[in-house]
Amino acid sequence: MTPISAANILGLFNLPVPLPFLLDEIPLGLAVLDAERRIVLVNRALEGLTGFVQQEAEGIPCSYILRNKNCFDNCPFLQMRAASEPVVQEGDIINRDRQKIPVRVTFAPLRNAEGKVVGYLEAVEDVRALRAMDSSNRKPYSFGHLVGKSPQMERLFQVLPIIAQSDSSVLITGETGTGKDFVAEAIHQASPRARDAFIKVNCGALPETLLESELFGHQKGAFTGAVENKPGRFRLAHNGTLYLTEIGDLPLSLQVKILTFLDDKVVYPLGSTKGFQVNVRVIAATHRNLERMVHEGRFREDLLFRLNVVRLQLPALRERGDDIRLLLDHFLHTYVSQFQKPVQGFSPKALQVLLDYSYPGNVRELKNIVEYALNICQEDLILPKHLPAYLTESRPPYGEPAREEPSPSVLAVPVGDREESLDWAAMERKMILEAMVKAKGRRSKAAELLGWGRSTLWRKMKQYGMDS
Amino acid sequence: MKKILISLYGNDVAPRFDLATEVLIASMGEDGQVVDEKILVLPQASAEKLCHMVLTEDVQTVICGGIEEEYYQYLVWKRVEVLDSVIGPANVVMDHYRQGTLQSGDILLKRRQREGDENS
Repeated sequence: MTPISAANILGLFNLPVPLPFLLDEIPLGLAVLDAERRIVLVNRALEGLTGFVQQEAEGIPCSYILRNKNCFDNCPFLQMRAASEPVVQEGDIINRDRQKIPVRVTFAPLRNAEGKVVGYLEAVEDVRALRAMDSSNRKPYSFGHLVGKSPQMERLFQVLPIIAQSDSSVLITGETGTGKDFVAEAIHQASPRARDAFIKVNCGALPETLLESELFGHQKGAFTGAVENKPGRFRLAHNGTLYLTEIGDLPLSLQVKILTFLDDKVVYPLGSTKGFQVNVRVIAATHRNLERMVHEGRFREDLLFRLNVVRLQLPALRERGDDIRLLLDHFLHTYVSQFQKPVQGFSPKALQVLLDYSYPGNVRELKNIVEYALNICQEDLILPKHLPAYLTESRPPYGEPAREEPSPSVLAVPVGDREESLDWAAMERKMILEAMVKAKGRRSKAAELLGWGRSTLWRKMKQYGMDS
Repeated sequence: MKKILISLYGNDVAPRFDLATEVLIASMGEDGQVVDEKILVLPQASAEKLCHMVLTEDVQTVICGGIEEEYYQYLVWKRVEVLDSVIGPANVVMDHYRQGTLQSGDILLKRRQREGDENS
């Protein structure tokens, strides 16, 4: 039997027209199912929405690919008969990028010439943009999923809608947990591309060879195991946005390919000489210092210039002042309603601990701390004992923040109630640890940062049992 | 001893973690043999309650279908290994896990060939 990619439509034109080509041009996710609701064909828009490409989806029951909420308790196909009209339902799906996407799905029976149901057609519309426009969802001090009222965030909220309207490449930088992914998605949702796919690729998560095939696709037979044509993420993001996260981890050879794409907007799949013109907006993000990487020869300067058309530097949480309090209340409110717990707020002492903490993991860490505390708390108020233990200990849990920029106050120890409660030995130990991390383990450099001689540092490290 | 939790939908891995109302919890010995297996039926589907169960049952690995980023990150933060977007019957998935070959995104469900295919 002919492969599904070779299925043709006859009679429309003088020559047969491949069905997948026709469906791929429709900017709405489409799935053709057999009578047992197994996937026969998905178009490019649905591949982008779910993250499952044709070869993966074919022959699998639709509910495993689409993963729509309605698949499990309210599948309209179960009641559908030959005479049934199409049914529209709202629901949500969880795609392979772990995004929950609100969708509107139209279910229609497919009949043969005799009127017998031979399969079904599902049309899946991403309604995130519509939801975002819904004024009832608008909250003060926020943009998309971002929350903040500090001057840095206010400035960001002002420029994001303007940036969204253009097609320029965007480079988002900032420490881990500052919300780079949310900014990228907010830009896409506020842009004219919102109806089309938002495709996220983590450049650090895949080995170089796989990443090339993932991004640019491959031609059948390009390498061992390439048994089918694969479109690649650039083509899946056609008319939409491609979000390249951890761009600093992109191998140099692929940087050249991305550079070429940004210049001529043509994608060449692996093993193919034929290029595909695609209309994709590229948003890139990294927590690394790309300028330094350029200096060290690990990142191409010309690629940096092309990505750096619009640069958004997200502030670390510790630089956002009152936002910590705002975010604590925001996440507390969110989780209280989610977990349905009668927690009123934070006790003054717990709040002081939370406000004094430096949050190396930024907003993500703060959110996790609030969730943890709410899980543990069985009382009306969150007390210090409900907070993760590392907050009330001297040792940071994950080491230093994942920033690369030199900090102006390398050894600035935050002063607060919690810090004052530490004894001098613990404080000194913490300073040594911080200096050693900053100096990447070089004792002479650490001693210099501390303003001590090498022998003093060595003596103190021995004293605190840190010399092993 | 290692504990593995698989969210279930019938005999298969549940397509969605947050909508699963049954879970399989298996205890695996050092030699990779399953020494204990139990199926728990939940009163209602909830990703929060499942996360809570993962922690209270001291589960080290979760195998599931689609899972939202925030629950995935939460479990990873809690040092739980999460193998997500897995499609297939729970027993086949478990065999692959025991052999150390199971990965996120694996599709182990037998595909139905289209009518007229030679192998159908």
